[in-house]
Amino acid sequence: MYWKDGENYFIVDAHLHMWDASDENQKNIHGAQFIECFYDYHRNLSPEEYVWTLEDYKNYSEEQFMTDIFDNGYADHAIFNPAALNDFYVNGFSRPLAWDMAQRNPDRLTYNHNFDPRNGEVGLRQLEEDAAKYTLKGVKLYTAEWHGDSRGYRLSDPWAYKYLEKCQELGIKNVHVHKGPTIKPLDRDAFDVSDIDHCATDFPDLNFIVEHVGLPRLEDFCWIATQESNVYGGLAVAIPFIHTRPRYWAQIIGELLSWIGEDRILFGSDYALWQPKWLIEKFVDFQIPEDMQGEYKPITTNQKKKILGLNAAGLYPHIKVPEELQLREPAMASSSSQGPIGSE
Amino acid sequence: MSAAVRDLRVTALSEDRAAQVAAALGTVIDPELDEPITDLGFVTDQRVEGRRVSVRLRLPTAFCSPSFAYLMVSDAHDALSGIDWVDDVRVTLQDHHDADRINRGVASALGFTGTYPEEAAGELESLRRRFQVKAHTAFIERVCTLMVRESNWAVEDLGSLRISDLPAGRPADGLRRRRTDLGLRSGPDDHVMVDEFGAAWTPEMIPLKLRFAKAVRISIDGNAHFCRGLLRTRYPDAATDQRDRGPESLGTGSGVPAVIRH
Repeated sequence: MYWKDGENYFIVDAHLHMWDASDENQKNIHGAQFIECFYDYHRNLSPEEYVWTLEDYKNYSEEQFMTDIFDNGYADHAIFNPAALNDFYVNGFSRPLAWDMAQRNPDRLTYNHNFDPRNGEVGLRQLEEDAAKYTLKGVKLYTAEWHGDSRGYRLSDPWAYKYLEKCQELGIKNVHVHKGPTIKPLDRDAFDVSDIDHCATDFPDLNFIVEHVGLPRLEDFCWIATQESNVYGGLAVAIPFIHTRPRYWAQIIGELLSWIGEDRILFGSDYALWQPKWLIEKFVDFQIPEDMQGEYKPITTNQKKKILGLNAAGLYPHIKVPEELQLREPAMASSSSQGPIGSE
Repeated sequence: MSAAVRDLRVTALSEDRAAQVAAALGTVIDPELDEPITDLGFVTDQRVEGRRVSVRLRLPTAFCSPSFAYLMVSDAHDALSGIDWVDDVRVTLQDHHDADRINRGVASALGFTGTYPEEAAGELESLRRRFQVKAHTAFIERVCTLMVRESNWAVEDLGSLRISDLPAGRPADGLRRRRTDLGLRSGPDDHVMVDEFGAAWTPEMIPLKLRFAKAVRISIDGNAHFCRGLLRTRYPDAATDQRDRGPESLGTGSGVPAVIRH
């Protein structure tokens, strides 16, 4: 829980990692390039005092994680969204330790798993086993992942649909999708989010959480999310701009609130990319700059509470929000969530 | 001719050639960021030896999309080959996960599908066009914001805004460049608010179109901030090579006007 100025905030960090990018685990040059790229994200957008060394960043301990997320990072609950990246790392990028940690801390940690539709029938059976083993409520999909000759897939592919049907059948409600670079075929827009449009329509019982709010295709994401009520935006990678470019962040959050509304935006630190402590502190202190308030309405405390935790708790009902941390008055029918047509 | 005069002539000639190389590279645009690669700090080395030009390019991460990387390398190759005295061009992309493949593909004129026979289903022209459309859309929003703020245009009148109404310099030239990329002519009487085929936006469409255009502009700007920052993180010396992106909404004021209220 975070508290400031007499307000208490229930915090769900809906996107974090327990990774191993150590030299021993790197399978090839791409494993090294990948973590260096992540490290540049980390040091480019973090306040100086939160920057780690590359060595610390490659592989951190459970103890460090628990301290950063729960002691310093205010989280009441946190959700692992692992990435396999088996073509880059010997034992995969995300450590199996995350699942052990979730078992030992069921009230504080939720473990999502991943699947890859390019594994065909074998992968479908694996998904059934994983769903039972991990009591899965969500999955994390990395559509840009390499797999043999393939440089990625789309969620609208026929095999992806078979996996989504399986998710529906198994009660895996939350599909977190990382929209990242490099998608096959390479000649398409690498960050295209249009595949989400198809599956959100065809799988109305599933929730699609587009991580990084589709950046750098914010407009496409907003457009789709406005039409599809089961599409959500995860703020990982977007929210760190709050430190280096607060005016730009004001535009992102202002656009999101006006296009998709306050009920479908989820906080995520993407730890260890960024430390949640400073993200949460700065977000609670944040307001749309005065000279921009003609364009964007000021952000309310209730909106911040929803974004920082209550929205994610709504998607994962096993996360129990104490009565005193619920919104004080019932949320109004979200007035800022307006369709694109006739909203002006 | 004295040796001293000859040296001066040689120096003048090579400075002139270097300037031509820089100008040619200045026409190469990062399709996603809608900015010349020279302003972004992507050009790290340019050399002229006789009729040979060699250039090195660097990008913000090793995982920048191969399609955009390929477009920039191959556009740089084409721009340099277009200089009349040049007969040998080498463009080398460095520190990229697919650098060898892209460099080989461009040098051997394999085309994108020849470079990526397994992964690519076609050449990159439709991808390029998609980003030219975005760049044009975002620029319309910039220009309209400027006109409302600094020339007191009313939003509901923007449909009648013509190219001749725009201030000379960056607003007018910038719009012309983006229209030319789309194959649209830019006569003084042509309307500003048109789609990628030159069809005018109807008055009813304007508020929503502008609102969407603004989101497009914010996406491009945000990506540009991120990529520029990442390049400086990766190569600290890049800061001196990067030219200011300029204010996000073209004008001179610091505030963002309330053109498109939500």
